[in-house]
Amino acid sequence: MSSFTLTIRPKSGWQPLDLREAFLYRELLGFLIWRDVKIRYRQTALGGIWALLQPLIAMMIFTFVFHRMAGVHSDGPPYPLFAFAGLTPWTFFATAVNQSSNSLISNQQLVSKVYFPRIFIPLGCVGALLLDMVLSLMLLLGLMIYYSWALTWAVLWLPVFVLAAILAASGIGLMLSALNVNFRDVKYAVPFLIQMGIFVTPVIYPASYLSSKWRYILALNPMTGVVEGFRHALLGSPIAWGSAGISLGICVLLFIAGLFVFRRLEARFADVI
Amino acid sequence: MEPILEVNGISKEYVLGRHVGGPETFRELFQRKLAAPFRRNDAPKLDIHREHFWALRDVSFSVQEGEVVGIIGRNGAGKSTLLKIISRITDPTQGFIHLRGRLASLLEVGTGFHPELTGRENIYMNGAILGMKKAEINREFDAIVDFAEIEKFLDTPVKHYSSGMYVRLAFAVAAHLHPEILVVDEVLAVGDVTFQKKCLGKMSDVSKSGRTVLFVSHNMAAVENLCQRGVVLERGKVVFDGTAKDGVKHYLSGISTAPGGTGHSVDLSLAKDRRSQQAELLRRIEFTTDGNRDLTEGLPIGSGLKVHVHFDLPRPTASFNVGLGFDNIFGQRVFTAHSFFEPNRSHGEVVGPQVFVCDIPSLTLMPGDYLLRLWLDLNNSEADLINDAARITVVESDYYGTGKAPWNGAFVLPHNWYLESGSKVNSNDEKPSVLTAKL
Repeated sequence: MSSFTLTIRPKSGWQPLDLREAFLYRELLGFLIWRDVKIRYRQTALGGIWALLQPLIAMMIFTFVFHRMAGVHSDGPPYPLFAFAGLTPWTFFATAVNQSSNSLISNQQLVSKVYFPRIFIPLGCVGALLLDMVLSLMLLLGLMIYYSWALTWAVLWLPVFVLAAILAASGIGLMLSALNVNFRDVKYAVPFLIQMGIFVTPVIYPASYLSSKWRYILALNPMTGVVEGFRHALLGSPIAWGSAGISLGICVLLFIAGLFVFRRLEARFADVI
Repeated sequence: MEPILEVNGISKEYVLGRHVGGPETFRELFQRKLAAPFRRNDAPKLDIHREHFWALRDVSFSVQEGEVVGIIGRNGAGKSTLLKIISRITDPTQGFIHLRGRLASLLEVGTGFHPELTGRENIYMNGAILGMKKAEINREFDAIVDFAEIEKFLDTPVKHYSSGMYVRLAFAVAAHLHPEILVVDEVLAVGDVTFQKKCLGKMSDVSKSGRTVLFVSHNMAAVENLCQRGVVLERGKVVFDGTAKDGVKHYLSGISTAPGGTGHSVDLSLAKDRRSQQAELLRRIEFTTDGNRDLTEGLPIGSGLKVHVHFDLPRPTASFNVGLGFDNIFGQRVFTAHSFFEPNRSHGEVVGPQVFVCDIPSLTLMPGDYLLRLWLDLNNSEADLINDAARITVVESDYYGTGKAPWNGAFVLPHNWYLESGSKVNSNDEKPSVLTAKL
């Protein structure tokens, strides 16, 4: 007999995170991400291009509507670059939250027929979108060449903000996907909230437009720090480290909260789904 | 030696109603919370407006390493729920389970298959979901493809596979799992006969290889063949735990819902599986055999059987019919006796309590248990129908009178054998006596 033992008991209340098990099943997370990527790119002719078209077209519309018509100015770089640099992490976040919040429901066969750490389902969803973000970054570099805008050493900060984006998207995705199993309203509320969310994030406009009091409120949005951070890293834009720090802190908190909320609701998934 | 699997007092309660059958909306949550703000979400016992249903009640048993255990029971007995709990898909409400080995479950064929992925990709995906590591899948890859016989189609998306190929591939991956404990739920019910044979063969290999297996199936022959132990569940409780053979016997003897008795007289007012249009007109059924003796034990092959059906006719009528269906343990209808075919219906109009007798001079069904379905038609439309009204057990007998009891087939028929040659058997051209029942 192996030394592997396990006791199954009724669960109630807050559950521990069980990192040991997640580690045992780590290969499966890789497989789930690989599967999502393959499926997404296989089903569509435009597949990978669609991932780029979204932020690209949004950038063009923003430039025309907000910059040319409404007269919003960036805090330094050409507006299209400014917009695209903000749209890259934002599109990642928006798509990740939208898809991961629904991931448990759309994978209900997996939830009800086989056991593996359920957390991998929404996390796998978020992970699969990283590829799109990478493509988007490459396109941004292309745009920067077009506008002759140089990279600075600040680009070394990029991984930090990418990680923050992943934490924010995952945390919210975990919470929403777990809630969605029990309350199907979530599926309807999320797209709307995301759409509104872009206005309370400095994607279209620079944070410097707001007075410092409002900036601190804006900082409560986890994506504020990420968007400003992306701009700082890639375009060298100025960044208010105080408010960015608050945002990043909230990203981490959201992630941890997401893990715990998910684990708490996990026990009833198979019964309710 | 400690058991590799220990199930201890496992109970699972479901709360019926929209909350668990389907998710709430926030509005319903608010309404519920306003009504009782401090009641916890998982305190169903206090909620009198919801029905509670115990799918499993205090289930306990232990499995030693290397045992192959068959879990059998009717639909709804709790078998799948038990497997789900052991597989950690759902949580028990009470009790605990100790596992002392790695467990892999096969609750459905093709879990995680995606139609857009190729066969090759799905092997990896499915294998990973079932718990195999990449290295393991690599190792077993060729064996899996071999078993599934899909080598030519490995790189085609699975959505183009025939259903047979799909099922073969899905089972092939699962068949190459090597967990210490394997849990299998009725997956042998898919596929064609050749495939089922292959699956049974593989299951047999697995059970012989010393692995511990928990096997749920409705295929009694498979359970008897593959399992040493049998656990019978009925309405969420363990009602039998012993050898597989005895377990199957227990299960089969229990599936008749004739609580009124299996003796010669059955009170049909206690019948459960019944459909009556207006009133329950069928009252009683009695069995007598040769010599008008009450049938109290098994009926030897070929004996006469008289079925006396007692029922009520509320209004005077001449147009009524009674049907008797004999079903074997596999649910197949082997014989129907219907008064519709009786030419001599000279009774005219009758009313009130009646006893309608079906006289079968020689019931030549082979030994086994037969469930009787009974129905009454009034004016050519069904008035009362009872499934599993009673049970008849046919037992072995020396039907042909030659000292050898027949053992093969579904029924016996009077017949004889003779050599066809130019010469006659005897000068009187007499036909040799027909082999027939010697009672």
